[in-house]
Amino acid sequence: MAEFQTHEHDVLVIGAGGAGLRAAIEASSAGVSVGLLTKSLLGKAHTVMAEGGMAAAMANVDDRDSWKVHFADTMRGGQYLNNWRMAELHAQQAPDRVRELEAWGAVFDRTKDGRILQRNFGGHRYPRLAHVGDRTGLEMIRTLQDHGIHTGMTVYMEHTVAALLKDGNKIAGAVGYDREKGQLRVFRAKAVVLATGGIGRAYKITSNSWEYTGDGHALAYQAGADLVDMEFVQFHPTGMVWPPSVRGILVTEGVRGEGGVLRNKDGKRFMFDDIPDNYKPQTADKEEEGWRYVTGDKNARRPPELLTRDHVARCINREVKAGRGSPHGGVFLDIAWIKEKIPNAPEHIRKKLPSMYHQFKQLADLDITTTPMEVGPTTHYIMGGVKVNGDTQMSTVPGLFAAGEVAGGLHGANRLGGNSLSDLIVFGKLAGEHAAKYAKENGVGQVHQDQVDAAAKALLAPFERGASAESPYKVQYDLQDNMQALVGIVRKEDEMLKALDVIEGLKKRAEVVGIAGTREYNPGWHTAFDLGNLLTCAEAVTRAAIERKESRGGHFRDDYPTKDEKVFGTFNTVIRKGPDGKMQLERVPLTPMPQHLKDAIEQEKK
Amino acid sequence: MAKATFSVWRGDKSAGAFKDYSTEVSEGMVVLDAVHQIQAEAAPDLACRWNCKAGKCGSCSAEINGMPKLMCMTRLNTLDLSKPVTIEPMKAFPLVRDLVTDVSWNFRVKKTIKKFKPRKPDAADGTWRVHNDDIERPQEMRKCIECFLCQNVCHVLRDHAKHEEFIGPRFFVYTAALEMNPIDDENRVDDLKAKHGIGYCNITKCCTKVCPEHITITDNAIIPLKERVVDEHYDPLKKLLKVFTGK
Ligand SMILES: Cc1cc2nc3c(=O)[nH]c(=O)nc-3n(C[C@H](O)[C@H](O)[C@H](O)COP(=O)(O)OP(=O)(O)OC[C@H]3O[C@@H](n4cnc5c(N)ncnc54)[C@H](O)[C@@H]3O)c2cc1C
Ligand code: SF4
Ligand code: SF4
Ligand code: FES
Repeated sequence: MAEFQTHEHDVLVIGAGGAGLRAAIEASSAGVSVGLLTKSLLGKAHTVMAEGGMAAAMANVDDRDSWKVHFADTMRGGQYLNNWRMAELHAQQAPDRVRELEAWGAVFDRTKDGRILQRNFGGHRYPRLAHVGDRTGLEMIRTLQDHGIHTGMTVYMEHTVAALLKDGNKIAGAVGYDREKGQLRVFRAKAVVLATGGIGRAYKITSNSWEYTGDGHALAYQAGADLVDMEFVQFHPTGMVWPPSVRGILVTEGVRGEGGVLRNKDGKRFMFDDIPDNYKPQTADKEEEGWRYVTGDKNARRPPELLTRDHVARCINREVKAGRGSPHGGVFLDIAWIKEKIPNAPEHIRKKLPSMYHQFKQLADLDITTTPMEVGPTTHYIMGGVKVNGDTQMSTVPGLFAAGEVAGGLHGANRLGGNSLSDLIVFGKLAGEHAAKYAKENGVGQVHQDQVDAAAKALLAPFERGASAESPYKVQYDLQDNMQALVGIVRKEDEMLKALDVIEGLKKRAEVVGIAGTREYNPGWHTAFDLGNLLTCAEAVTRAAIERKESRGGHFRDDYPTKDEKVFGTFNTVIRKGPDGKMQLERVPLTPMPQHLKDAIEQEKK
Repeated sequence: MAKATFSVWRGDKSAGAFKDYSTEVSEGMVVLDAVHQIQAEAAPDLACRWNCKAGKCGSCSAEINGMPKLMCMTRLNTLDLSKPVTIEPMKAFPLVRDLVTDVSWNFRVKKTIKKFKPRKPDAADGTWRVHNDDIERPQEMRKCIECFLCQNVCHVLRDHAKHEEFIGPRFFVYTAALEMNPIDDENRVDDLKAKHGIGYCNITKCCTKVCPEHITITDNAIIPLKERVVDEHYDPLKKLLKVFTGK
């Protein structure tokens, strides 16, 4: 039996990005004891990388905006597979959550009359993204972190959770280890909030960091919770493509929001060629009108570069495949051109997009104020995740909650830019509130030693096999190549079936990986442990993607290129672990939407 | 393709040494890429921190050829590859292993600084009106990514180990951001002098030189804070006012 240090909290929050921090703050202020775990140091979670802004219908810039418009935009962006209750709460509560950040110390960019400034983003009808230049995520995470440390929570930095513990059907805590010493830890808790972010590391080209190995998705799955909409992965249209070592790093949509345009190698703005019918009434058909839109003309319609991400990504893919791409297999994103329109454009660009300016200058020797960037799609976000109750954020396992990217439902088939940061604070708060409530109403579960031992054994096995066994890095690379090639931005049945075979093979290899060295701060060990989670997520994405024989949002099928409302517009895919230990898939019908929400959608279709 | 040699510090608190690794170099590579390649090819247990790989999270601080830098933003084409490139951990903090140091002291220090306290809202709906001119300074300070490179080079910490009496440049930046926040209503000036050791800083500007976010730490944060300390402590009228207004 392995040695364990034990900690006890009412609420255990796994993940210290925006969602986890907001949940921990809420639970702490409800007066329960809170433990907050993160794989990295505090303030380094993915949220820190977010650039463009957070969406909230505050109507500071355009007074026609309201929660109903935001709701309708979110549903249309998600192609109506969204959990409408979440979309409703999100649109209603986001403004208060943003203002609350200001009351906790955030310093947002301002309007002329001194209110929080909002910018345009793809799929949002009005300027809606509260922002701080192009480092909004840093502002959010720092504000929450600096506020949170004074609310009484205990923070466990560089601690990784490896398994959830259950007592009967209820959650009882978690097992993990600390990175510095490699010691095993048991965390007893009455309620657990998952806020672990996404799965981007399952792909080769991604904007996501090493942390994004789908831990929360896999932990929930292994604990018996349902996952929803796993086929919907967002490929962001604009990642860096050159030089090779930075391939995938994000280029914020804010570039297009500020007037950046996409061109192919012939200099053509190809986005004008393919505007989906349901967006035609709101999209500019002339370049001139698009420019007026980004400069704040309320009567102008948005340029097609600001259509939803799934669509823009596919258009770029098409240009590249048709041989009209840029030298390194992308297309051109040009913000420098605005010098034709405004005086001192370079200064303006550096002010509005400072971190993009530095990113290209330092990593690509390219000055975005004079030269177009080369960009192409990059794996960015997963819409699918732990299935939760829209009001409480509780999963199908009692006592297990989820918020942020790891939770599914809000975004349906495609997420609008800016809707993630607002998601974190709206649902982080709700998850924290309801987890605290649940903890007050329920006792602490029993920790069963067999579960703890099983987790410890699995964790330590790679050491026993030693350095001569299979390398965990190799298995990870092979998985990334597989997902990129076979379950990427354009999908086909036969390729995905092949992907499933490959995943089966990789699972066997993952079981025999070995590592050298000690347990102290050993990244090879971490990589070995991550494999199981990545493979679970990869399989879930693939199975759900095979099931959905149509194209919708982030999911595009070459063999079924159109949307099929009759059959596939009526359900969500749900994945869970079957009694035989195998992955099961179910089609779960959408719940009917109340009339007032239907009306809100109809209103905005005009 | 060309190969380059990296001399990487390997070891823990008790012992350690530089170890040479040779790996292939391709266009655009940064030091962090080289470290990752070395992990995958030769040293899977080589400890290093990173997250964003885009200079946004401040995790990957190290000393490269003796210069404190972010590994993810240091291009190999800016280094002389004809001789081994040395990569070592930051020196002002206790070593954990290889390139990883124990920076937890920084997180404890932050807790000792009085937190943000908003003044009364300007509008009936509970919001504030703040002008663009008033956010430039605090926004400069809030760009900080907490890489702690400035802490690493400050001689008060690095050479004199005044960790108990001196909060270091990062936290002067933090305090300045709070003090300059047009909505904040707290007073941290007494603490700066009495608890946070601002007097130890003799404006060598080493911190400013290494800041990857180009925050002008000394000119825009430390000197204005020092001025406030002087004003409050040596200006009898201000002191008197303070008694009456509570600020
Ligand atoms: C480059 C980039 C730019 C973006 N820009 C925007 C934007 O402008 N607007 C927007 O709305 N969205 C944006 N997004 C998306 C958004 O940033 C993320 O979806 C969001 O930050 C996720 O937050 P989170 O709180 O769910 O998770 P994260 O911030 O990723 O935090 C996850 C936390 O979970 C911890 N964790 C994970 N697994 C474990 C485990 N096993 N044990 C313990 N801890 C664990 C991690 O250490 C981390 O602390 C962007 C994303 C990227 C990559
Ligand atoms: S200027 Fe002050 S804080 Fe900065 S390095 Fe020099 S002594 Fe340290
Ligand atoms: S002030 Fe600059 S150098 Fe210091 S921690 Fe912040 S970003 Fe790093
Ligand atoms: S990895 Fe984030 S700053 Fe280098």
